[in-house]
Amino acid sequence: MRELTGPEVDHVAHLARLEITLAERESFGRQLGEILTYVEQLSTVDTEGVEPLLAVFARHDVLREDVSRPALGPDLVLRNAPEQEAGQFRIPRILEES
Amino acid sequence: MMVDQFETVIGLEVHVELATESKLFCACPNQFGAPPNTQVCPVCLGLPGTLPVVNRRAVEMLVLAGRATGCAIAEFSKFDRKNYFYPDMPKNYQISQYDLPLASGGHIDLEGKRVGITRIHLEEDTGKSTHMGASGRLGGSDFTLVDYNRAGVPLLEIVSEPDMRSPDEAHDYMVALRDILRWIGVSDCKMEQGSLRCDANVSIRPPGSEKLETRTEIKNMNSFKSVRAAIASEVERQTAIRREGGRIIQETRGWDEARGVTISMRSKEEAQDYRYFPDPDLLPLTIPRERIAEVDRSLPELPAARARRYQQSFGLSGGEAGLLVQSLALSEFFEQTLARGADPKAACNWLNNEVARLAGEAGHGVEESKLTPTALAEVIAQVSGGTVSNRGGRTMVEHLFKQGGDPAALVRELGLAQVSDRDGLLVEVRAVIDEQPTAVSEYRSGKEKALNSLVGQVMKRTRGKANPELVKQLLLEALG
Repeated sequence: MRELTGPEVDHVAHLARLEITLAERESFGRQLGEILTYVEQLSTVDTEGVEPLLAVFARHDVLREDVSRPALGPDLVLRNAPEQEAGQFRIPRILEES
Repeated sequence: MMVDQFETVIGLEVHVELATESKLFCACPNQFGAPPNTQVCPVCLGLPGTLPVVNRRAVEMLVLAGRATGCAIAEFSKFDRKNYFYPDMPKNYQISQYDLPLASGGHIDLEGKRVGITRIHLEEDTGKSTHMGASGRLGGSDFTLVDYNRAGVPLLEIVSEPDMRSPDEAHDYMVALRDILRWIGVSDCKMEQGSLRCDANVSIRPPGSEKLETRTEIKNMNSFKSVRAAIASEVERQTAIRREGGRIIQETRGWDEARGVTISMRSKEEAQDYRYFPDPDLLPLTIPRERIAEVDRSLPELPAARARRYQQSFGLSGGEAGLLVQSLALSEFFEQTLARGADPKAACNWLNNEVARLAGEAGHGVEESKLTPTALAEVIAQVSGGTVSNRGGRTMVEHLFKQGGDPAALVRELGLAQVSDRDGLLVEVRAVIDEQPTAVSEYRSGKEKALNSLVGQVMKRTRGKANPELVKQLLLEALG
């Protein structure tokens, strides 16, 4: 079984914006490796000539006409905002990623 | 030996906001400039339990844009989720199209050059964040304000092949693309309002090499001019690094208009980091062949083809024809003026000069003015028939553009009729010859320019109403 390396776990955690401890990094690496090994069994199936499943429903082309409706209004839109200012969501500053 | 000459390789990713009435996946109005968060609903706010439904018109507009650029339209297409975190995207994923775009394999023809279009797909726009605080810059900002009005607005992403070899070609491609998209009415393509946006992938390589080398992605180019300037500056930067034996790093760089340089923004994510997967909330799209054939039949003659026809049929220059096909409305106005008997060259000159100036001042096209093709054809006839001078014609066009009216009546009201009465003018000509012995002798001693000053004197005596061609002729006869 393949374990995920520390940097691989860190990378995945970063993409999900999760902070993890060193101990978690080790156990997650092991657990993710188990999951991947389990899922990898699928690659042993012969899929030659099988159409990929791109949607689980048989229906397609569900479209709406291009007609607009009044929106919710800023009071309702901002009701759950932890902070607001001048009709906008106020959020902490965005840090540059390195 | 160190290579010091390089070939530039440019590919462009263009985002175009579609001029639909409503957003891509919900019925919120799609309108630029509304007060913050007034065009937002639970769907585009990404609230739990909501479901997106695709806007039919947006799909139709993509098919139209695809066919206008020679793309093949996929018979089967789907939407995918592009996962990343940024506060202007409330769902934490953007609905886009990954491996089955609606259109692919097209091209745009520039002067003597074909630029390939890899693909065109449909996706939703993000909201708009404004970074606030002391410095006003992203890095040093204290907090950020977010407006979701733009979130969910339908976008075309148009990806070109890396076929452009100079900043000028990239600029010309953008202009040609804009002309086509405006022509078919899918977008107003205003770079300054963000309805047309462009990222450039830029790399350099030794001449003769076919290899694509490490590229940088340039963002923040807000005008056609800055597309050219930003790419030129980036090519210069990469060339300097390579000449010193350095290595180009794959990264995103922002164009700093004020300083005229590109600045490193962040290292580029790999596609796998976006963890694309088919959006389970949306069903696939199928575009029937008959529908594509219908679109093909409805496509108007495109601007490049029309400009070529103007050059061939009417003897216009490439530049003149290019100005006339800047918008469908202007070009239709030109053709309607011709249908009313106007000379093509004259109609072209009036539209590209006087009318273009008035349209620029008014901030709208000729089609929204009071000038009609019939009236313009009449002005042209009056000027070419000598009833009205060129200057008089300009006065008429300005009046007709702003207030409309009947050109013939206008000539009388404004007293614009030229004096073309030979005997009457001959009196004035003789008087000037008597009054201006110096100019007369200068002309007779071979100074051609003195004739103009004599014509000017006659014009002055007739308060500008004399037909200058006739005055010149009479002067030559009298002096001869």
